[in-house]
This record gives sequence, C-alpha cells and structure tokens, in this order.
Amino acid sequence: MSAQMLRVTAREALSPLVTRFRFEHPEGAALPLFSGGAHVVVEMPDGDVLRRNAYSLISDPLDGSGYEIAVRREDGGRGGSVFLHRQVVVGDLLRISAPLNLFALDLRAKKHVMIAGGIGITPFVAQLKQLARLQMPFELHYAARSRAEAAGLALLPDLPQIHVHISDEGNRMDLGAVLGGQPLGTHVYTCGPEGLIDAVAETAARLGWPRGALHSEVFMAPPPGTPFTVTLARSGRTVTVGAHQSLLEALEAAQVPVDWSCRGGACGRCETGVSACHGQLEHHDHWLSDDEKSSQTKIMPCVSRFRGDTLILDL
Amino acid sequence: MPRTHFSPSITTRPVYPGLTSQGATPAILLADGAGAEAILDLAAQDRSVMDRAHLMFIPAGTDFGPRLAALNPRMYREAPSFAACLERFRKALADAHMGTQLYLAGTEGLIGQATAEALAAGLPADAIQSEHRGHIARRMQCVHCKGMTENVTTDPFVCSHCGLTLFVRDHFSRRLGAFQGVCVDAETPGLIPPVQEIKP
Repeated sequence: MSAQMLRVTAREALSPLVTRFRFEHPEGAALPLFSGGAHVVVEMPDGDVLRRNAYSLISDPLDGSGYEIAVRREDGGRGGSVFLHRQVVVGDLLRISAPLNLFALDLRAKKHVMIAGGIGITPFVAQLKQLARLQMPFELHYAARSRAEAAGLALLPDLPQIHVHISDEGNRMDLGAVLGGQPLGTHVYTCGPEGLIDAVAETAARLGWPRGALHSEVFMAPPPGTPFTVTLARSGRTVTVGAHQSLLEALEAAQVPVDWSCRGGACGRCETGVSACHGQLEHHDHWLSDDEKSSQTKIMPCVSRFRGDTLILDL
Repeated sequence: MPRTHFSPSITTRPVYPGLTSQGATPAILLADGAGAEAILDLAAQDRSVMDRAHLMFIPAGTDFGPRLAALNPRMYREAPSFAACLERFRKALADAHMGTQLYLAGTEGLIGQATAEALAAGLPADAIQSEHRGHIARRMQCVHCKGMTENVTTDPFVCSHCGLTLFVRDHFSRRLGAFQGVCVDAETPGLIPPVQEIKP
C-alpha cells in the first residue's frame, strides 16, 4: 500500500465534536488526485500502538495541493479519533495512504441522490465538487440530530439541491418522499449509521427500485469483544487478540503480513481463509456473502472476531 | 405459443428468462404478436400487475387485442408496428419514475429495440424483464454498410441495403438492439455456404 508522510497544515473545529484537518506534502509536491467518495488511511503512532483509521476525503478531488478530512471525536471509540483531536497539531507529520475509492459515483446515472446521516456527510462533500464540475443533476439530503452537531453545515455550499433535516427542529427526513418520484436513471448513495442505510434499502425496495441503483458506505470501527487466540496454519504460531484490538491489528503486532486496505470490513482486501474453526466466527464485515459467513471458511480480520475453542487461519 | 428456449450460445447473446410479477408497482408492458400470451400468463400469475400498468400491443396479424384489453390495465393502446409505437413508448419512459418495471414480450427485434430505448432513457437493466414468444426471425445489422434488415430467417442472408451475403452471428448490439451480420464470402468471393433456416 503506497503511503507518504504528509504535514498537517491546518486544523479547524467545525463543531464541538468534529475537526477538519488539512495535509500537504512537506516539500509542496502535488498529491495524487482522486474521485469523490475516496478515503485515505491515516497512521497514528500512539505510544506503542500504531493506529490506522480510514477517513473520507472532503477536499476537491481535482486539487492535488492537499488532502482534507473531517474527523468526529468518538470518546467511547478505540482512540484513533481522540488521538487526532488531542495530539495532532499543525506542523506534525503523519503517514497517509494513497486515496482509494469504494464509494464512487456511478457516472452512468442520470441523476444522483445522496443521503447522509451525521458524519456520513464527508464523502459527499467531495462528490458535490465533482458533480458541480460534471454539471450533473443531484440532490443531497443531510440528516443530523441538532444544528450544533451538524458539522456538515460548515462544509456544504448554499445550494437549493441541498436539503438539511434537523430532527430536533422537527423536520426529519421522509425517505418515501425522497425516493418516490425520482426520474429514471437516478442512483442513490447513502452514508451514515447502519439504521439509515437499512431504512433507505427498505424504502427503495418497497417502491420497486432495483438494487443496482443503490449504493452505501458504512465506515465501521472494529468492534471490541472478548479476547481470543488464533493459530496460524503455516508456522503453527499462536496470536492472542485483545478485547479492544482487531484480529488484523494483533496479526500486525505479531509481524504476520496481511494485505489490507479499508480496515472497515468493506473492501475485501484482507479476506483470509479459515482452515479449522471450532466455535463461532463473529462476522462484522459487509464483504462476505451470507453463505460464506455461515460456512465459516473465510474471515475478514479487520473487523471480525471469534468465540470458541480453536481457530486456525491459512496464514 | 409457449416460451421459446434458445440453444446455449456466446455469453453476450441476450437471453429472455421470462416475466415474473413485481406486484402493483408502476409498469410499462410492451408486446408483439404471440408475446400477448406471455402478458396473459403474467396477469394470470398476479392480477395486480395491471393495477398501474400501461400496456402497448403490436398485434402483428394476431387477434389477442380484445383479450389484453380485457385485463383492464390503466391504459391500453395498440400500434401497427414498433416504429409507430415508439413515440408513445418514449413518452411513457420519459414520464416514468424509479421503481417502474418494464415487461417486454414477443420477438427478439421488439425486445432488443425496446430494451435499447429503455436503457437510453435511464431505466436500470435490472428493472427490465423479457420473455420470448413467437417467431425467431432476427433483426440484423450489416456491419459493412450499417443497414438494418428486419425479419431475417435464414443464414446466410442478403443485406437489404448493400446486397452483400451476410453470415448471421450471435453477436448482439445492445445499443442498436440488433444482431451483427458479417460478409460470409469476403475471403473466398462467390463461395457461399448453403442457406439454412435459423434455429432457436
């Protein structure tokens, strides 16, 4: 995975919980361009732990002078966002991966409808810039609990196609109204909590939308769980995974090379074979099919865990 | 006439899996000739398909019209040909919203052209269903002069525009809704294989 050291050149509080960071090349070199919806993985050396979190880029996809992300502080999270908020200041160098897009606009669409919940607004901020350049019809619906929490308001242009739904002001998003009556060729993109993504999928199915017109992205932090031990088939080594550690992080800490990309159960890069499993795999990814999950022959170490007696991986 | 089963071919050759009701969602239905029987079967399977349906029918010498009209779709219209029906079909697509299902039934020429129109209008491919009924004549494009020859029933056949003798390929253009015909004696002028009836 190609990555480079970039310098933090700006940080700005967008809301009490959300901060915008800007990264630039230390010598001012141009960074690779990207497409709306792309993310980067930010590496954070936090004491003896190397944290890696994926964040959607919010800057202009065709502006290589820097990358910008907006990070929500998750106080109950695993520590990556808190590290960025508390420890990272202007001038610091951080290792940032090349952009990767798992949530690109389908450019065959005749119209794009974007639905964001909370911090899920971030990929759309870059997509809006791309759509403005392409001059394509779009609508954006942004739902937040309160105006104070709606960090996206500081990032969104003032356009009639952008609809803000603040639930404590009583204008909750009516998905039936958003999805009913859209012209042929409309694609829908949802980013936010799983409940919102499920609600969009259900409403769309009820209205007869084909699945191919629906896109979604949920960035998931690896969920904690009870500690467990895995055995590696090739070396016979055993690796213990802590309660707040992902299997991928435990393998990395043990110097076991595993290919990875999104670290959020979406991209499929870290898919690993299971040679023996006496117990229950706890699948948390959006990559494996239901059949693959129930067969217990594959695991996504970035987010999934294990509970039981023995788990042997093809590593 | 029952549903046509085609022999396996290249993966890009269109297949017509048959019509399955998606219930009372807005629907556009278009059939020609024996395709009417697929629509009758669909309605027998689930009457609610007709609740919000716009049904267009090209009789092509058949007398299914009154039976289709009796299904009581929201709107029923007949047209003498696909060309005559095209403006109505385009208007129906232009007025349609996401969630609309398109049901196509009948010949390959009709299904191919209507699918191309619908995709161009933005209807997703997974909102289009089709069922082949009736004759298996093909709509062929001459890859040399680009002219279309309708209702081709033999292989090879003579291009109705440039007069070349063309081999009937299974290679299908989704954009044009037509199979591709290629000069059969380009390497050996005058040496033309025996003419055969096209088989399913």
